[in-house]
Amino acid sequence: MTWRPRLAEGTAPALVFLLLLLIGLAIVGPAYSEPAGYLALLKRAAPLMILAIGQYFVIVSGGFDLSVGALVTAGVVIAARLIGGNESATAWVILLVLGFGLLVGLINGLVTTKLLVPSFIVTLGMLLVLDGATFLWTGGAPRGALSDGFRMFGRGNADVPVLGEVPWSVLILLSILVAAVLFMRGGTGRALVAVGDNEATVRMSGGQVDRLRLLAFTLSGLLAAVAAILLGGFAGVSAQVGNGLEFRAITAVVLGGVLLGGGRGSVVAAAAGALSLEALFTLLNLLGVSGALKSAVQGVIIIVAVAYASLGGGVRQRLRLWPKPRDSVQTAQPASS
Amino acid sequence: MTTGTTTSVRLTGITKSFLGVPVLRGVDLELRGGEVHAVMGENGAGKSTLLKVLAGVHRPDGGTIEVDGGEVSFAGPSDAQRAGIAIIHQEFTLLPHRSVAENVYLGREPVRRMQVDRRRMVADTRELLDWLGEDGIDPTDPVSSLSVAQRQVVEIVKALSTDARVLGMDEPTAALADHEVELLYDLVRRLRERGIAILYVSHRMREVFDLSDRITVLKDGQFVTCAPTSELTSEDLVRHMVGRDLGEYYPDRGVADDLGPVRLALRGAGNARVRDLNLEVRAGEIVGLAGLQGSGRSAVARAVFGVEPFTRGSMEVDGVARRVTRPRSAVRLGVALVTEDRKGDGLALRQSVRDNTLLVRRAALRGGRARAKSDVPALLDKVAVVARGEHQEVRFLSGGNQQKVVLAKWLAVEPTVLLVDEPTRGIDVGAKRAVHELLRDLAKRGVAVLMISSELPELIGMSDRILVMHDGALAGELPAGASEGAVMALATGHGVGEVP
Repeated sequence: MTWRPRLAEGTAPALVFLLLLLIGLAIVGPAYSEPAGYLALLKRAAPLMILAIGQYFVIVSGGFDLSVGALVTAGVVIAARLIGGNESATAWVILLVLGFGLLVGLINGLVTTKLLVPSFIVTLGMLLVLDGATFLWTGGAPRGALSDGFRMFGRGNADVPVLGEVPWSVLILLSILVAAVLFMRGGTGRALVAVGDNEATVRMSGGQVDRLRLLAFTLSGLLAAVAAILLGGFAGVSAQVGNGLEFRAITAVVLGGVLLGGGRGSVVAAAAGALSLEALFTLLNLLGVSGALKSAVQGVIIIVAVAYASLGGGVRQRLRLWPKPRDSVQTAQPASS
Repeated sequence: MTTGTTTSVRLTGITKSFLGVPVLRGVDLELRGGEVHAVMGENGAGKSTLLKVLAGVHRPDGGTIEVDGGEVSFAGPSDAQRAGIAIIHQEFTLLPHRSVAENVYLGREPVRRMQVDRRRMVADTRELLDWLGEDGIDPTDPVSSLSVAQRQVVEIVKALSTDARVLGMDEPTAALADHEVELLYDLVRRLRERGIAILYVSHRMREVFDLSDRITVLKDGQFVTCAPTSELTSEDLVRHMVGRDLGEYYPDRGVADDLGPVRLALRGAGNARVRDLNLEVRAGEIVGLAGLQGSGRSAVARAVFGVEPFTRGSMEVDGVARRVTRPRSAVRLGVALVTEDRKGDGLALRQSVRDNTLLVRRAALRGGRARAKSDVPALLDKVAVVARGEHQEVRFLSGGNQQKVVLAKWLAVEPTVLLVDEPTRGIDVGAKRAVHELLRDLAKRGVAVLMISSELPELIGMSDRILVMHDGALAGELPAGASEGAVMALATGHGVGEVP
């Protein structure tokens, strides 16, 4: 089979937008005239990109995951308290945090699929539960400290042959991205998108709709835990570390041209959307725009991106519906040729 | 609301292109008051576009529209409405929780002392309903309490309340149950008697012959012919529509000697919708399942496929008793169901032709069989899908090609029992024939086919034998080539002996 590059609908504008931002950075910021600057950007963006990948799975299959920000906070706070600066506890605490993320995702998925509560509500509830539990447990000020071994993943570098020093977070991000792309190219990944498009069809084709949905939520929870580990290392322990990350991840996914409601969009574009968002914030920072505007900018982006998707979709449809493909048109090329 | 003069609308040489692609290339059409004028053509022939030009939705690129002899130009639907032209669309536009009268006068409610004049609204609506002879509907009833056929009446009343003299109807029977179609016929005839000009767009040949006074045929956006219905035969019509002689309608039947083992057997099977089903379908045969809407014919297929499983009796697939409680189990036993609603649960419309073709294999199978994908071109070739490529989204395909993709997705898992529910609904004559040939070909290769269809000619033409359902149970079996009368007699609850 010949390989041909093919972008899902909505991907190309997302990549162009990213490219423009990166060029903008190169012009405005002296640090971005060499690769190291971009590597630092990628390192900074890695947690959000990972969250966006998780969020992508849920959105493309027709849901929302609002719980990931609170999950990140909970993960960091739990890790700090359990490790308490004790290096030897690092490994099992990391496993525990990952397990916790998986469990939260699993609960989100089970409540959504078995109790038939809309995912927006389920994960909103989960957000509040996690927030409350974290506050109760810490009393507002997290105790304990992370070990150097734990923080290495968020801020340390690995010695990679040929490339030299590469941040751990970038390596982790890239492995997750590659795995996600392979997953989405496979049968299960395609079925996941089909669930977001029309779950009745998937069910009538013998697919397990609930299991696919459950898988999406579980992956989102797991990836949120990974993001928590990176953010804990990068930013340190605080009870605000995950604040607003769920909306930033959703903004990123939408910016990547993924259709809200599911059924269309690529995981690469979702990750690119997250990188764009981070690059945009960096650019605004370099231009001297107040950091207070961050959420306002995000708000505008999410509305514009969705409006573009709806209007753009309409325009595209008009372009493609006529001429209607017709059986009787003999000049049309059969798909098999 | 009395008819003094008869309205006439004349469209001459209408052309319309979208982005440089001609959809209408010089179409003539004349509508007269008191006449039902049918427009026929394959999917994509330009019927809908013509209707939209008439309704002022599209502005023609060329040609003229005359109403009562004077040339007019519509800038939008409201202009057409003022000229007395209204269209009843396939999808209803009524608000279910409001009353009939409120729907009829939606957006132009009569006002008295700055308040909506409900009394007048109700009275005027009642007057229109009476004029139509539809006294079964009360203007104060909420629309949600009405049947689909009654809602259609409300749509028509709504159109008439704008003083429409010309009504365009787009596939008006598509949403109706069988017994409601007759009611619509009556209504259309009454409208005709009252001097309304009716433009009737339909796929169904029999309707057109039953109802219309004249027929205009379009093909590829071109005017082919216009003739009084009485001067045309259905063969003529098909020839005009497809531009070629289709000759025999249906592929040759199977030979009884070639039948293989029993693939699907039901013994006393039943559930909430159907009861006491005893039937066998053998490898190599196409068994037709007839019945009126609501007789349980689709419920049989859904039960076999595990959507609404049987709760009584037993079912055997390839000689082994099986309990199938979900579609996934059915698929894994080699049972496939082409549902009657391809957009609702047959296809994922935003996914590509390729992803839809591989959907069952990926969703229901495991391991190597789920991953096999190299044969997609061969599968699409087998069903003769015309698309721009494997990566085109299926929503951009015509109905016929969409249906072929549904078939391809099932062929991908090589079923041994194929259940097809209305396999050719809403697809054009050419695609219909291709689907028929494909079904027969599958039977010849040893697939057991159970075919449900509300189109009797199709059912009779295709089936090796016909089972008829009535009221949730099998009413009887008829041999190949049985008459429509015999099928209808069983379907309506009369015995075979009572066939006239």
